[in-house]
Amino acid sequence: MSRLSDANVALAKDIIRRYPRPKSALIPLLHLAQEQEGWVSDEAMAHLGELVGVTAAEVRGTCTFYEMFKLHPVGKYMVNICTNIACQLLGGEELLHHAEQTLGIRAGGTTNDGLFTIEDVECIAACTEAPCIQVNYRFGLRLTHDDFDDIIAALRAGNTPEKLITANPGEVIPSHGTLGLSRQVMTEVQTTHIVAPEQVTEAPVWLATSSKDS
Amino acid sequence: MATGQYVPHAPGYVDSPGEKIVTSRFVYDDSYTLERYEATGGYEGFKAALQKAPDDVHSITRDATLLGRGGAGFPAGIKWGFCPDDVWPRYLVVNGDESEPGTYKDRLLMELDPHQLIEGCLIACYAIGLTQCFLYVRGEMAVAQQRIADALNEAYAKGYIGQNVLGTDFSVDIVLHWGAGAYIVGEETALIESLEGNRGMPRLKPPFFPAAVGLYGQPTIVNNVETLSNLPWLMNNGADKYKEFGSETSPGTRMFAVSGQVKRPGVYEVEQGVTTYEDLIYGNDYCQGMLDGRELKMFVPGGGSAPWLFPEHVKLPLEARPVGAAGTMLGSGAIVIMDDTTDAVKACLRIVRFFARESCGKCAPCREGTSWEEKILQRILDGHGRPGDLDLLLDIGDNISPGPYPVAGFEAEGLEPVPFPPRQTTICPLGPSSVAPITSALRRFRHEFEAKIAAANETSVEVIA
Ligand SMILES: Cc1cc2nc3c(=O)[nH]c(=O)nc-3n(C[C@H](O)[C@H](O)[C@H](O)COP(=O)(O)O)c2cc1C
Ligand code: SF4
Ligand code: FES
Repeated sequence: MSRLSDANVALAKDIIRRYPRPKSALIPLLHLAQEQEGWVSDEAMAHLGELVGVTAAEVRGTCTFYEMFKLHPVGKYMVNICTNIACQLLGGEELLHHAEQTLGIRAGGTTNDGLFTIEDVECIAACTEAPCIQVNYRFGLRLTHDDFDDIIAALRAGNTPEKLITANPGEVIPSHGTLGLSRQVMTEVQTTHIVAPEQVTEAPVWLATSSKDS
Repeated sequence: MATGQYVPHAPGYVDSPGEKIVTSRFVYDDSYTLERYEATGGYEGFKAALQKAPDDVHSITRDATLLGRGGAGFPAGIKWGFCPDDVWPRYLVVNGDESEPGTYKDRLLMELDPHQLIEGCLIACYAIGLTQCFLYVRGEMAVAQQRIADALNEAYAKGYIGQNVLGTDFSVDIVLHWGAGAYIVGEETALIESLEGNRGMPRLKPPFFPAAVGLYGQPTIVNNVETLSNLPWLMNNGADKYKEFGSETSPGTRMFAVSGQVKRPGVYEVEQGVTTYEDLIYGNDYCQGMLDGRELKMFVPGGGSAPWLFPEHVKLPLEARPVGAAGTMLGSGAIVIMDDTTDAVKACLRIVRFFARESCGKCAPCREGTSWEEKILQRILDGHGRPGDLDLLLDIGDNISPGPYPVAGFEAEGLEPVPFPPRQTTICPLGPSSVAPITSALRRFRHEFEAKIAAANETSVEVIA
């Protein structure tokens, strides 16, 4: 729908500076666009292309490879249910079916009120805690069908579901698109001078001095 | 060891007896904070490394035979030595893309002890002259990203990272980078492509391995999160002490995620080569036996890509060599236990479906083959299997991975062992991995497949008549 906001452009430029080549910032910037809108629009992709110096088509090429980027609006809460082997053994598929029935949509679909999208996903690295889900990438572990209903009810009521794990206690579940709530901050003072690889020709100084010593 | 406000950040870890090299802080509820890290010896290993010449730090790692924990088990110290002498700059890329089915350890390390990982990165960068490190965290791990971002900010503020670290001439930047959902990006050359802002498709290797030609064409070391998390302990204690744990060829400990139908699934850090699958599955300190007292039918010994093992293999020690000799691999330390109520066809389909979904599509045998394997297995499971389907499955597998495929239990059948990894017609090992569940399930449980196909054909005859 739209280009990055001014604040996000500033952030984008800061992120681009962390990489020896601007295009490397593309995935983090696509996340930034998705954080702003909840999905990634054509206009946002064109804007990112301008920022990193590639064509809109190249941005689209990268964007469409990755499952997390949505090219159309999705629910405020993305509910990912793992059905891979460890979860399947302990009821992952049944949990998915339960979710489909309670929310009245099939995997891939979004509820009419725009609140929930369900996805049937691959292993999300919580296999010992099967069956498990993620809501906007926050984990819900060893869930019964009732637990699942509680999570949905809490989200509908605007609360943080007890069964979802956040980095800090009671943190809200942000809308779809926002990942970690804090960002790395790199100011000029602290960092080394990050440059394109062709601008570096010598061994780093600490290696050079140590080989002289020995 | 609660400090009063326990928050179960990343449940799954279960404490067990024995030395803990990488999970020692997991018992604290504030394990991820800089205060806890520094109060428990944090950054001391790095400071000790800074007192030594970089070459010596490299030698310690080589002497310790620190094997890579990402799947292939290649010794880190030797890999580091593959960087060409006079090509600069060199980069470090940390593989935190954990997504192999059943694998759950790197996320724990990133969420519960991010400073330990950062310290490991610093040690590696110092040892071999890497001037920038990219910490590639799986996109779906929002909490890990948050914890690492906070930890990096703290470490920069304290002068552990950046220009002239701790007043020395060592300078390095560590950048948190994250993906956006693609298993194949865990393969190291795909990881590099992704980090360059491209579609995450593997590069052909040989001739060039990342240590020689990697990120932006520069020498690049790709190491797994758990591999690097070993370095602080190693620098504090030395290679000799490290080798007191584990076996001669696989020293130290490893984290294993044991999931599936056991009483107490969990992530355990155990000594390599000492503990066996049986200990993990049945031991009181570990999983405490099968769920509901049922019988073990089969298990995945090292991630979805690994050929399955069976009840007669539980005495194998958790160590790369013997498991490799048995026709499979320790892989990413992901053990999935399946009991006698498990449908072999269904389990096989589920793992194959993963590879079909995650194929990057760059090579035809994998792109087409994995999706046909999935379709055929699905129709067998759905009761529409055709008489030639099993041969067809094996034939497709042979297109992806020609010749005999490694399979456990060959001794019992009087067969020659087939060494791992299998042969491939593809660019990377993802395609061949899809053949593992098929050959494993078909070798042992062919009758289950045949029964489903026979039933299907009886039904269709009735329908026609
Ligand atoms: C299809 C595929 C997926 C992989 N996924 C991962 C992964 O998620 N994490 C990882 O550390 N290594 C993964 N690897 C292995 C990496 O290519 C690489 O060997 C490893 O990161 C090197 O680190 P190490 O030497 O410290 O183990 C994967 C390999 C393949 C072929
Ligand atoms: S084997 Fe599959 S995943 Fe690997 S490069 Fe080929 S198509 Fe891509
Ligand atoms: S199999 Fe579901 S999280 Fe790994």
